[in-house]
Amino acid sequence: MAVVFERPKSLKETKFHYCPGCHHGIIHRLVAEVIDELKLQEKTIAILPVGCAVLGYEYFDVDCIEAAHGRAPAVATGVKRCRPETFVFTYQGDGDLASIGTAEIIHAAARGENISVIYVNNAIYGMTGGQMAPTTLLGQKTTTSPQGRKAELTGYPLRVCEMLATLQGVTYLERTSVHDPKHVRKTKKAIKEAFQVQLAGKGFALVEVLSACPTNWRMSPERALDFVKNQMINYYPLGVFKSLEEVE
Amino acid sequence: MSKVLMKGNEAIGEAAIKAGCRYFFGYPITPQSELPEYLSWRLPEVGGVFLQAESEVAAINMVYGAAATGVRVMTSSSSPGISLKQEGISYLAGAELPCLIINIMRGGPGLGGIQPSQSDYFQATKGGGHGDYRLIVLAPASVQEIADLVKKGFDLADHYRMPALLLGDGMLGQMMEPVDFGTETSGDKFDHAWATTGKQGREHTNIINSLYLKPEELEAHNRRLEKKYLEIMKQETMAEQYLTEDAEVVIAAYGMTARITKAAVDMARREGIKAGVFRPITLWPFPQRELNEATQKAQVVLTVEMSLGQMVEDVQLALKGRLPVEFYGRVGGMVPTAEEVLNEVKKIVKRYQEAM
Repeated sequence: MAVVFERPKSLKETKFHYCPGCHHGIIHRLVAEVIDELKLQEKTIAILPVGCAVLGYEYFDVDCIEAAHGRAPAVATGVKRCRPETFVFTYQGDGDLASIGTAEIIHAAARGENISVIYVNNAIYGMTGGQMAPTTLLGQKTTTSPQGRKAELTGYPLRVCEMLATLQGVTYLERTSVHDPKHVRKTKKAIKEAFQVQLAGKGFALVEVLSACPTNWRMSPERALDFVKNQMINYYPLGVFKSLEEVE
Repeated sequence: MSKVLMKGNEAIGEAAIKAGCRYFFGYPITPQSELPEYLSWRLPEVGGVFLQAESEVAAINMVYGAAATGVRVMTSSSSPGISLKQEGISYLAGAELPCLIINIMRGGPGLGGIQPSQSDYFQATKGGGHGDYRLIVLAPASVQEIADLVKKGFDLADHYRMPALLLGDGMLGQMMEPVDFGTETSGDKFDHAWATTGKQGREHTNIINSLYLKPEELEAHNRRLEKKYLEIMKQETMAEQYLTEDAEVVIAAYGMTARITKAAVDMARREGIKAGVFRPITLWPFPQRELNEATQKAQVVLTVEMSLGQMVEDVQLALKGRLPVEFYGRVGGMVPTAEEVLNEVKKIVKRYQEAM
């Protein structure tokens, strides 16, 4: 009997701790599949964030470094500058990358660091229990915006791809979603594209993946998918913001 | 190798290269900017990497990433910048990563000033960041000693897998002296099997991490660090003694201040006062045993610092009440003169005359 579906080699045989309906598991798998397909497992160093993916080193079967909150792009810079022959990616959430780590991500991008960034945007702080993130949508209820986020008080959600697209150092930028199989496949394609940019030595690439957090959104997994599809994509439009062809 | 005339800050850079360091991440701040400036051209010359980071926070995290791959790496700053690096320093200690951090101190708190100071002693030796950790803290008092201690700092960091800190002040960074860098070394002799380099055929993954969610595991990790720190306290203390053998007044001072107090001691000796200087070279571990040996004949210890009194607490702890401890300090970038220190010595002699 032919095997048509199996665990990617670059994922350890550890059960994910993620909540039902959370998309980290899918995104981890996509990253691992791409690492396998591009034969990168032996030369990969993953930089993990603070947040729900903090235990990523328990899941990815590659060398891993756990970074301080928001600092993954700086850590990745240190690794890649010392070991340019390795493949280096960061895996960061929206609290990590778009709030406490804005300086690090912007400057890694501006320098055109030859690294890949997987940016998982679920519009909330997951690990700490559902507080407002810089990406929380206006009106969205969280434990620190119980009446819904108000622009008068906390301003507007940060669109990272649009912001980074203005930087000359950036080679590849795409925003995708994983709310249905079609978009899951598109996300994988984007991750592969981003990784290939690094392998070609072409500089900074980031894929923003819109994802659901049913637990902290206080929604069923099914309703959470609708929220991504109807609310998040509305504010965070999908698409390629910068590509290698464009840069060249 | 023969001696060359060099500025303290630049000598740190050249000493790092001679110690096999090829990676530097930093951010400009007075009074240490000559160091990154020097390395910005010198490192590429030897095939290394110099990168100016967007902030001190980013710089120390670049060091964290570099150190995780098993290479010798350094960063430098001055007081306010070192405050910003504390997060990363705590993570480096927690993840057991070796590196050398340079603090060329200036006056504080806050933005403070840009003149020499020793007011970061507490921050350096008592843990400026969060958590139970220690740094090996080395305090050179000459440009030659900079060269020696940079090399020593890298070796200790690699040997014990922890960050080492070189603590100088603006005066040391700015002054020129002849220096012999000695033979070139590297970190190659140390085991780097733990480094994240990509699996490269390894069965297991290497993980650099300071997170232990289970309290039993974190306690075991803390205990492992404690064991290392106790070993360092036993093995690695360094101090210099100057005319302490018969000294009735022993001045305890480190770094540039110790040099000034030596001049004061020479003057005191000419006036018939039996004074000496005890200079800790390692601030952590603090040379407790050596201080007690150096004060066998002493009636009183005078601690002199460019601070409101920080190392003086370690002096008191080391002496455990065996001797009275006096303090003289200048702050804000003001440097004590030998005459001032001599006056203090004389005042103290008068006060303790009966005992002497």
